[in-house]
Amino acid sequence: MREVAIVSFAQAPNARRELRNEVEILMPVVQEAVARSGIERPFDFTCSGSSDFLQGQPFAFVMALDAAGAWPPIPESHVEMDGAWALYEAWVKIQTGQAETALVYAFGKSSPGDLPEVLATQLDPYVLAPLWPDAVSLAALQARAYLEKSGHSERDLAEVAARSRRSAKSNPNATVSGDYEVEKLLATPHIADPLRVHDCAPVCDGAVAMVLVAGDRARKVCERPAWIRGIDHRIEPHSLGARDLTVSVSTRLAAEKAGVGRGAVDVAELHAPFTHQELILRDALGLGANVKVNPSGGALCANPMMAAGLARIGEAASRIWDGSARRAVAHATSGPCLQQNLVCVLEGA
Amino acid sequence: MAERCAIVGIGQTHHTARRDDVSIAGLLREAALRALDDAGLDWPDVDAVVIGKAPDMFEGVMMPELYLADALGAVGKPMLRVHTAGSVGGSTAIVAASLIQAGIHERVLTVAFEKQSESNAMWALTVKTPLQAAVVAGAGGYFAPLVRGYMQRSGAPEDTGIRVAVKDRANALKNPYAHIRDPNLTFDAIAGSPMLWDPIRFHETCPSSDGACAMVLTSERAIPRPKLAPAWVHSMAMRSEPTQFAGQEKINPVSGQMCAKEVYSKAGITDPRREIDAAEIYVPFSWFEPMWMENLGFAEVGQGWKMTYEGATALDGDLPVNCSGGVLSSNPIGASGMLRFAEAAMQVRGQAGEHQVDGAKIALGHAYGGGSQFFSMWIVGSARP
Repeated sequence: MREVAIVSFAQAPNARRELRNEVEILMPVVQEAVARSGIERPFDFTCSGSSDFLQGQPFAFVMALDAAGAWPPIPESHVEMDGAWALYEAWVKIQTGQAETALVYAFGKSSPGDLPEVLATQLDPYVLAPLWPDAVSLAALQARAYLEKSGHSERDLAEVAARSRRSAKSNPNATVSGDYEVEKLLATPHIADPLRVHDCAPVCDGAVAMVLVAGDRARKVCERPAWIRGIDHRIEPHSLGARDLTVSVSTRLAAEKAGVGRGAVDVAELHAPFTHQELILRDALGLGANVKVNPSGGALCANPMMAAGLARIGEAASRIWDGSARRAVAHATSGPCLQQNLVCVLEGA
Repeated sequence: MAERCAIVGIGQTHHTARRDDVSIAGLLREAALRALDDAGLDWPDVDAVVIGKAPDMFEGVMMPELYLADALGAVGKPMLRVHTAGSVGGSTAIVAASLIQAGIHERVLTVAFEKQSESNAMWALTVKTPLQAAVVAGAGGYFAPLVRGYMQRSGAPEDTGIRVAVKDRANALKNPYAHIRDPNLTFDAIAGSPMLWDPIRFHETCPSSDGACAMVLTSERAIPRPKLAPAWVHSMAMRSEPTQFAGQEKINPVSGQMCAKEVYSKAGITDPRREIDAAEIYVPFSWFEPMWMENLGFAEVGQGWKMTYEGATALDGDLPVNCSGGVLSSNPIGASGMLRFAEAAMQVRGQAGEHQVDGAKIALGHAYGGGSQFFSMWIVGSARP
């Protein structure tokens, strides 16, 4: 495989309610990522991720292209998926030899709607969506199944939340951060038993952009490029009754294919919008107790829909750049209860 | 050097206004099973699945690839979902072919679809949103002024569009999968049909269809023992330009010109009109045939209408265009681009049946979308590139 590295990353502040529209949120983020990359436009390839259902109109990505800059016309594509899969498509394009540089971005503005209910429209339209189960309730079913099978407790979940929020204190773009006592968290009411507010990612509006560069050109523009040494993604059955919700088979498979186990992992950025999912993902990825998980605070502290998975890859790359990790794993998820998962291995040398 | 990509299986549904007899998944499986059967492969042989469709609002299912994973045999495999507006069927095929060219997979199933009967596609295309200028005109209302602009610039005779429709509707009679197959659609019937968006008449516009298209793509070493020789991808290209830009040329878009130039040059084509044997072009409204003939470099600017007028684009012309009946005869939007790509491949495999161009060896598949701002194209050939 051709050597490809992430050389720059930028993100929006992940505010709970942005007054700016999608293009206005995205434009400075793209400009920052481009400026930091040291690569002059035009990029050989551009790819983005977003969802029409968040924006409430068809072609959400069409206006966004104006923010990315597309004149003179550019080779460009879009996935109706989290931006992590846009990064995958860009990586594939570079592997074909038809591109050496790529701009990748993603955005989502969830605040205008009721996100858990909007996500119910992702479900099987014949047998599941008509029941209108919201995303938090489905995650709660998964959490209950996981707690009963694993022997973990609601306290363990609260500890994941407290640790994430503590880590997010150093992340200026976190929606939620701070020091929280586990006892106090546990004293709050359930919103969907066994989940409490702290067990669920906050709803926010955001955008993420980054630049990929191949081979020696990456070394020229970046002191310590974050090399993509493995990347793979897998999907599971859609129906919740057709899979074991307490494990993540697709994450384990993607991790094998991406080569997570080929070396020690220093840092992992996991796209776990619910506390129990972090524990499921740690198991699936085979991460030991010495791995620093979600130093950014993770999706539990900032979860811009369609961009949070790509943000995990950007945060992991940032740990390579600042020297705090030699080898990092980033993960992105899509669909109800971790249905689809992407795993990316980044290395500093 | 990228791996060579072969098209070894092609399938499509019978396109029609309503498919109440199948679910969304059932519609896709119908096309996918035909493609797998054509390839002589089965679900487990597939390494990855790439699906494409136009806006999710057409069916009211957000990111339907999640729900379709089981039905398309994608469980345990990588699955990608592409959405690039009207060009999506073409871009989806390009993403799938890229997975082969990059050497990542050996056998990729790609499927594009739309089940437009689930909603009202025309109005879903241009909803009114806060703080934006209201279009709320459907695609026809958006494109009609561009057609009028072309007529004024080129001085093309008023009946050029009718002639395109007569040709495509006659071609559709030779395509068993086409949605509109009506032998009564003569010149007079089309000319006398109601004016929907002046100058576009009812029978000069595409239908709203339920349908799907699928292809099986493989690397050279993974070509299955073929019932039929594969088509080969000779080149692919995509170009996009902004939506709102004062310097834009909407009638003859720069993005389309650049995309065409790239796809020809990568395939080693220097004289497209002479070297290309058949073309499947995205023509949702009849007048777009002459417009795209110019944009694609088959005719000088202002001269595209003459190709239609002189019969050059007819099945027996020197550049047969839309022998399948084209988008004018079948329009499941998300699949329409892939149908163009697939029909081009069918021509060079010699499997187009009654609408086959004799001896076609090189064909162009073309798709566009948005406000004439997203383009995807591929050149396929019967010879290994």
